[in-house]
Amino acid sequence: MNQSRGLSLLLVTPALIVVLALFVYPLGYSLISAFTDRAGAFSLENFDKAFELYLTDTIFTVVIIGVSTALIAAVSIAIGGYLTLGENKTAVAILAWLYRWPLFVPFIVAAQCMRTFLAKNGLMNNSLVSLGLMDVASTQSFLDWRGIIVTFVWKQAPFVTLMVAGAMASLDRSTIDAARNLGASRLRILAEIVVPQIRGTLMVGLILSFVTMMSVLSVPIMVSGGSPTMMTVDMAYRINSHGDYGVANALGFMSYLLTGAAAYFYLRQSVRDRSA
Amino acid sequence: MTASFSLGWLPRAIILGLIAFAVFGPLANLAIWAFAEAWFFPSKLPSQWGFRFWEVVFRPTGRAMEALNVSVWIALLTVAVSLIVSIPAGLALARGRLPWRALIMLAFLLPQAFPSLPVYINVARIFYEFGLNGTVAGVVLVHTLHGLVFAVWITTAAFASVDKELEQAARNLGASGLRTFFTVTLPLAAPGIVASAIFVFLESLDEFTGSYFVGAPEIQTLPLTMFLASMGGNYQISSITALILLVPSIGFMLIVERFLKADVMAKIGN
Repeated sequence: MNQSRGLSLLLVTPALIVVLALFVYPLGYSLISAFTDRAGAFSLENFDKAFELYLTDTIFTVVIIGVSTALIAAVSIAIGGYLTLGENKTAVAILAWLYRWPLFVPFIVAAQCMRTFLAKNGLMNNSLVSLGLMDVASTQSFLDWRGIIVTFVWKQAPFVTLMVAGAMASLDRSTIDAARNLGASRLRILAEIVVPQIRGTLMVGLILSFVTMMSVLSVPIMVSGGSPTMMTVDMAYRINSHGDYGVANALGFMSYLLTGAAAYFYLRQSVRDRSA
Repeated sequence: MTASFSLGWLPRAIILGLIAFAVFGPLANLAIWAFAEAWFFPSKLPSQWGFRFWEVVFRPTGRAMEALNVSVWIALLTVAVSLIVSIPAGLALARGRLPWRALIMLAFLLPQAFPSLPVYINVARIFYEFGLNGTVAGVVLVHTLHGLVFAVWITTAAFASVDKELEQAARNLGASGLRTFFTVTLPLAAPGIVASAIFVFLESLDEFTGSYFVGAPEIQTLPLTMFLASMGGNYQISSITALILLVPSIGFMLIVERFLKADVMAKIGN
């Protein structure tokens, strides 16, 4: 069905209006708000205040999300690799069935699960104690930065794995089989043949995860109550307790910058894929 | 069964067992809390089990049931709005001769490339001026933005995976463009569109951050109710509410492959 250019534009216009009105406009609004003082003049005072109050939290956010992203990459390559190269059909089937359960669990439900699971008296510690792997005295709560990382990896790794395993499944098997016939180990095939070919998909998955984790409010509030905390919690606090849009938007701008680097890779990748 | 079979299975079984514990452990803990009537430190399991808190949650006048009702309505409206704008957009992006196509695709990628929370803060501020804050319409609009990106991607992929020759055959037999669309293209793309509708529905049902800034406290969705119960230390109520939220999510996970075929998945983002 070939449409004229005018009809095509007309069809796409309503969707574009939604994106412009509900995303581009508020985004511009936040940028202006970040760079103006209360009188409406250009100023960097919001950033001074944001740095003064929340520099630790910004570093904390970068470290948590960086570590989570690295772990998600490792988990998704390991699971995807086994699903692609595993020789035991039953084990592959069990793993394929197992790994995806957290995929559609909402963040807020994941946070509630972890809030109980990782607690000092949670199921994780209780199971370790019952198995005799740990004694009661040495149990500790993981409801801090570690809990946030565990929750992020638990929730996001299946998503990236789904993409990675899909890309791996559609690879040309002949090179893999040839390498296998020449006696290459499966680990080496994974590292040197499989992963280089799915790097694009892996990157897109990781960047989508990165941006998602930068936006989650429920997990840092519910899993780790204390300080330091993540920038999302600080933004909500500036709004709810002080009505301070300037500093909240300055923090927002900083989180755009952090994801901007990631988005740059993402867009470059998709542009390159399209021109290929 | 040979001996090597059972020996080879031991490390595999241990690793699979650990993965199963990591995946299901947190969910199991949630389930335990949902049926715990009394659970005091340091006992490992509740001292009293029962459905007392379920009765509290499912009481017709209860806050959770009202929230579920609100959440489902918001999700249905979000699906309707998303589909109305994303089906034409998907068709144009997949089949049309669209000027600046790359730029338009970029516009639909953008909301995924920025953290949404700072944007929601400003949406709430703008909505406040229009009286949309704390209204169902406001929450539906925020959820639509969130769902639209996926809806446009998936419907575009669904239309792109429809074989052009079938459409051409219909045209050659004398069908009009509109008739071809409704009798050939749309039915063939339907599984992908249904998948995107289910996806948008779930995203809306589970959405927390946007509802928190735009809807609360007037609009209490199920995730907001769950959050308040959890922060108030009422783990039974929040766990039961969380289980209600899980039912559609897990259900979708089990059937997703029926709708999202590999050929559609492969075209997402193209």
